[in-house]
Amino acid sequence: MKLMNLLFASAIFAGSISVFSGCKPKSAGSAVSGDAAIKAFVPPGKYDEYYNFVSGGFSGQMSVYGLPSGRLFRVIPVFSVDPEKGYGYSEESKPMLNTSHGFIPWDDLHHTEMSQTNGEIDGRWVFGNANNTPRVARIDLKTFRTAEIIELPNSAGNHSSPFITMNTEYVVAGTRFSVPIGANLDVPISTYKQNFKGTISFISVDTAGAMKIAFQLLLPGVNFDLSHAGKGPSHGWFFFSCYNSEQANTLLEVNASQRDKDFILAVNWKKAEEYLKAGKGIKQQVKYAHNKYNENSHTATSEILNEVTVLDPTILKDICYFIPCPKSPHGCDVDPEGEYIVGSGKLAALIPVFSFTKIQKAIADKAYDGEFGGIPVIKYEAALYGEVKKPGLGPLHTEFDGKGNAYTSFFVTSELVKWNIKDLKVLDRAHTYYSVGHLCIPGGDSRKPSPKYVIAYNKITKDRYLPTGPELAQSAQIFDISGDKMQLINDFPTIGEPHYAQAASAELIMKNSQKIYRIEDNTNPYVSKGEKETKVVREGNKVHVYATAIRSHFAPDNIEGVKIGDEVYFHVTNLEQDWDVPHGFAVKGAANAELLIMPGETQTLKWVPDRVGVFPMYCTDFCSALHQEMQGYIRVSPAGSNVPLTFSVGKTNAPTTETAPSAQK
Amino acid sequence: MKKMLLISGLFLLLLACSSQPETKKETTETTPATATTSADDKRGIGKFTNVEVGKTLDAKMAEMGTKVYEVKCSSCHKLTDEKLVGPGWKDVTQRRSAEWVMNFATNTEEMLEKDVNAQAMLELCLVRMPNQSLTDDDARHIYEFMRKNDGVK
Repeated sequence: MKLMNLLFASAIFAGSISVFSGCKPKSAGSAVSGDAAIKAFVPPGKYDEYYNFVSGGFSGQMSVYGLPSGRLFRVIPVFSVDPEKGYGYSEESKPMLNTSHGFIPWDDLHHTEMSQTNGEIDGRWVFGNANNTPRVARIDLKTFRTAEIIELPNSAGNHSSPFITMNTEYVVAGTRFSVPIGANLDVPISTYKQNFKGTISFISVDTAGAMKIAFQLLLPGVNFDLSHAGKGPSHGWFFFSCYNSEQANTLLEVNASQRDKDFILAVNWKKAEEYLKAGKGIKQQVKYAHNKYNENSHTATSEILNEVTVLDPTILKDICYFIPCPKSPHGCDVDPEGEYIVGSGKLAALIPVFSFTKIQKAIADKAYDGEFGGIPVIKYEAALYGEVKKPGLGPLHTEFDGKGNAYTSFFVTSELVKWNIKDLKVLDRAHTYYSVGHLCIPGGDSRKPSPKYVIAYNKITKDRYLPTGPELAQSAQIFDISGDKMQLINDFPTIGEPHYAQAASAELIMKNSQKIYRIEDNTNPYVSKGEKETKVVREGNKVHVYATAIRSHFAPDNIEGVKIGDEVYFHVTNLEQDWDVPHGFAVKGAANAELLIMPGETQTLKWVPDRVGVFPMYCTDFCSALHQEMQGYIRVSPAGSNVPLTFSVGKTNAPTTETAPSAQK
Repeated sequence: MKKMLLISGLFLLLLACSSQPETKKETTETTPATATTSADDKRGIGKFTNVEVGKTLDAKMAEMGTKVYEVKCSSCHKLTDEKLVGPGWKDVTQRRSAEWVMNFATNTEEMLEKDVNAQAMLELCLVRMPNQSLTDDDARHIYEFMRKNDGVK
């Protein structure tokens, strides 16, 4: 038996070498080997072990995969319209994408972060950040839908986000771009040093999930990059990496890479809370949108808010401290014990590890090296626990296994490096294909990692998949880390550019998954609870069609009396109360979109007919053996026509002398 | 052994062999359920085995049943003997027992899979009756509403 296994395994190994020979592995050990296929194989009909919530990068969405299979289950629309789901197209969902700049159809989602309780992933929500027009979204994991989006004023390039505190007290949002803030915004770009400021927003999250900007910290002009909260002993603190302490405003590639060290900013947010309570905040007039999705009315609302409270740490001296960190730090990661803070300099050839205990002592001893922009700078050695020497080139991100080890991605040398946190020794390294960015271990930034896999999210795909023209799939790779050595077991393509990702055990999430919207709970103002309530109502030039869908017909399915100049609103209620039976709705010439309506849900499509005629409408999502029969007609007459408004299902609207053609399919 | 079979299956897959694997792979342990004839034809399959039905109509229950009917059933079932998507409900209480109706309404999937009468209806209608998430009370109220429709006073 053992021999047989070995024989087969080596055969697979040989087979895979020939299959993957195009990828030019740097060594034989970097190819898929041994029992990798079995480790990544989830048989048909079986579930994956983990959910993986992956940022969709420039697609603006969040994707959901199974691990270890790498199968894509759902793309959750967050910051971009999604024609597959009607998100941003249905009248009900449009307000979700409203901002102080108006409706924004496409943004850039960088990081995902799952809610935690006591430092452990609790499976309630996952957050995402919009990098371009700064926002934070909360996705409800009962429905896998975006439940809330809050815009961030005084922010530009919300990159350092949406990382959370140990009990999801706060989600943070730090500006990548510093910009002029306050009364005078029209200043020369070259006055960066005098006029540009960075901010970090602390968004509070209540027990129901509702977000609110609790306060903002006004900070010197730099680029805030990534962050992670303290936990355990360091709960109450937050750590942010930043670069461009040169305060350059042009050719940052060169000009922001001058100094040997930039900073990690340590924020005592409990202290900030005290100042806030003591009324030390300054109210500032701003403009930002706060959008919420109501699960019962299936309708989003957008509210424009006008005020935030700003705390100034250059005056309130004991909130913020800079810690020097080599070479344009990117990742800023805190170990499960909450003692070690790992800074990863993009251009560095070492990894500094800072000690929370030493930081506290340095602050108590005032072991400072002057100030930067009015914030004290702690001496490097006073905060440093130690450095990982010669780990690779260009460290970016670190995740933890909860067994005393850290896994760091190296962009320049395309590898994962496993090292021990205590003795800072490198234990193992594995090649990635290619140029790895973020990493994810399930729970790998929480107090309780589940150290079975590490997933590498690569920036370059090149020859890993069948080519699809100039634009290639993005790439993720799964490594088994249950043993001493990392073992590559699977590749899977991702949407957009995968930045950060989070993973949680399947059972934590799936047990809460909602199956239908209860029709009894539907509070949409345009709902039809049963065909008896269907109707067509004219209000001036607006025609409201209250329709229902059930396998397999619409009611009404014959509508007449619509005229050119009318705006028709199809309010379609799906009467099904069974899992996995959505209905679609499309009408010819709809310049806006179609609808996809979940069981028990009501969704609205606005249709402005532009010509006279009879227009078909039909169900777009296969629903039953008679799905193809799920169709109807709407007649559009010229402006001023006196065709009366009529509607029906199952009978003709008016007597006709024409002979009906025999039914043929 | 199972593991070995799996490996050999994968092996063949990877090498894209043209020959058929000789051993038939058996990875799933469940066999699909087949229609059982042992099911109680009159009562159907489900939790309702003995429903007490009064001699006269419970008007209150029938009234609540009307509401459920209008939201969840009326799209497909007429109150006459005319078939729409599903059969018309006229005289249904003479054709079916209370247990069968209530089991079908609440245990739709299993009934469609196993109950011969439900399957016979599916062959006629060709649209699987949707599970409309009726509560036990909803199902009872619907049955009383059917009785009212059939003239029970």
